[in-house]
Amino acid sequence: MSTLSIDHVSRWFGNVVAVNDITMTIGPGVTGLLGPNGAGKSTLINMMGGFLAPSTGTVTLDGQPVWRNETVYRHIGIVPEREAMYDFLTGREFVVANAELHGLGAKAAQRALATVEMEYAQDRKISTYSKGMRQRVKMASALVHDPSLLLLDEPFNGMDPRQRLQLMELLRAMGDEGRTVLFSSHILEEVEQLARHIEVVVAGRHAASGDFRKIRRLMTDRPHRYLVRSSDDRALAAALIADPSTAGIEVDAVEGGLVVQAVDFGRFTTLLPKVASDQGIRLLTVSPSDESLESVFSYLVAA
Amino acid sequence: MYDPTVARLTYRALLGRRRALVLGALPLLLIVISVAVRLLTGADDQVAADVLGGFALATMVPIIGVIAGTGAIGPEIDDGSVVYLLSKPLKRPTIIFTKLIVAVAVTMVFSALPTLIAGLILNGNGQQVAVAYTVAALVASIAYSALFLLLGTVSRHAVVFGLVYALVWEALFGSLVSGARTLSVQQWSLAVAHKVVGSNLITSDVGLPAATALLIVVTVAATWYAGQRLRALTLAGEE
Repeated sequence: MSTLSIDHVSRWFGNVVAVNDITMTIGPGVTGLLGPNGAGKSTLINMMGGFLAPSTGTVTLDGQPVWRNETVYRHIGIVPEREAMYDFLTGREFVVANAELHGLGAKAAQRALATVEMEYAQDRKISTYSKGMRQRVKMASALVHDPSLLLLDEPFNGMDPRQRLQLMELLRAMGDEGRTVLFSSHILEEVEQLARHIEVVVAGRHAASGDFRKIRRLMTDRPHRYLVRSSDDRALAAALIADPSTAGIEVDAVEGGLVVQAVDFGRFTTLLPKVASDQGIRLLTVSPSDESLESVFSYLVAA
Repeated sequence: MYDPTVARLTYRALLGRRRALVLGALPLLLIVISVAVRLLTGADDQVAADVLGGFALATMVPIIGVIAGTGAIGPEIDDGSVVYLLSKPLKRPTIIFTKLIVAVAVTMVFSALPTLIAGLILNGNGQQVAVAYTVAALVASIAYSALFLLLGTVSRHAVVFGLVYALVWEALFGSLVSGARTLSVQQWSLAVAHKVVGSNLITSDVGLPAATALLIVVTVAATWYAGQRLRALTLAGEE
């Protein structure tokens, strides 16, 4: 079990502030580091991995500083975004070399290759690998010493859907085992599928942290949209609009229900069942129509 | 201080097919020239010294040094694959020292060995010319490797700067400005060769004590600083 602490970390390059006073704690389980391209995710991951010194602030792993401290790499596995990886070696040679650099042997390498299901191609040169195969061999090299913290920079970039699913399963399993897994992504669906816990970085700032549904709810100044289907949509609409927690209601013929804009989330969620029950209306569907990460994200960026 | 895995990776990278061809081309040219000269002029100590001094030590050794020294680390830093070495519980100076050993070994094999063979072809080691230049090439291999390895950690254009140093500074400037000659790996190694040959067949602008001291200082300082550079190396993100 490892905890990575980022404490008031800033990093600037000349006059450009890439990361601006970020404080976050990454604990066991899978955490998604989300933000648009250029938000400072890579800079942050590089500081977490000890490849970049924070201009101010500290990054520590279980209390130990990460920068200029090679011993922390006994506990950290890193999957870099960049492609280059000793293409002249075979997959097996590459993972064995990584194991040796940790003071381990071929057995650890073989175990890691089995974990990522790359044994079938382990004796081919890396230069002949597809993007997804490269990504899996990179994973094997990061897992070879059984690290408690796994850092992955945009791991799903360029992967096909099947490879994506496979890697997600693997990362989920790693998180369930109690490892601390942090991956960055600018693709909302990826994060949504894999991580309940997210850290959002926008323009170098820490924009949000926590369960993404909760984050969405915290932003009460933004309207929430719900799709509601009931036994009598129009009667329900009339009753709901009378309450100030509802800002607008639209009858959506395509969806066959009501699209309700709620401005006060807490009040609306208690109001809706009460109103329905009072009016003798049966609720058939109540689903948040915009609670995807995409909408969370656009709100945060606009804010 | 020496890591066999880092060494193996560095050898494989350095002796990859294309680079090995480049490394092998100059030594081959030297041997061809030596055979031709021997056939045309016969065994002549002065001619042997001119060929070995003018081509082997002045041109071939520094160029091989540039290729091996910068090639031992530059490409890894450039393409980012050095991250696989840096993300290990491995002291950064160990990485540098290991890569230096590999660069020195490769430079010696591809420059000192051909120099010896060429010397033997030219005049059968008459007046110790072949051995003297071989020793000079060995000594220069160490200093060049350390210098160009450092250059590989400092600049993305290490090969260009290395060639400029080797060809412009050592060859051109050295022959025009006497001060430049004192600060030249070539002259320092010539001082060693002068000592071996024991006559004025080979001369240097620098005395042996000064040359020895400078060779050691440059090698140690360059290696130390390269280790510091690697410790402070930051991997820029794609952003």
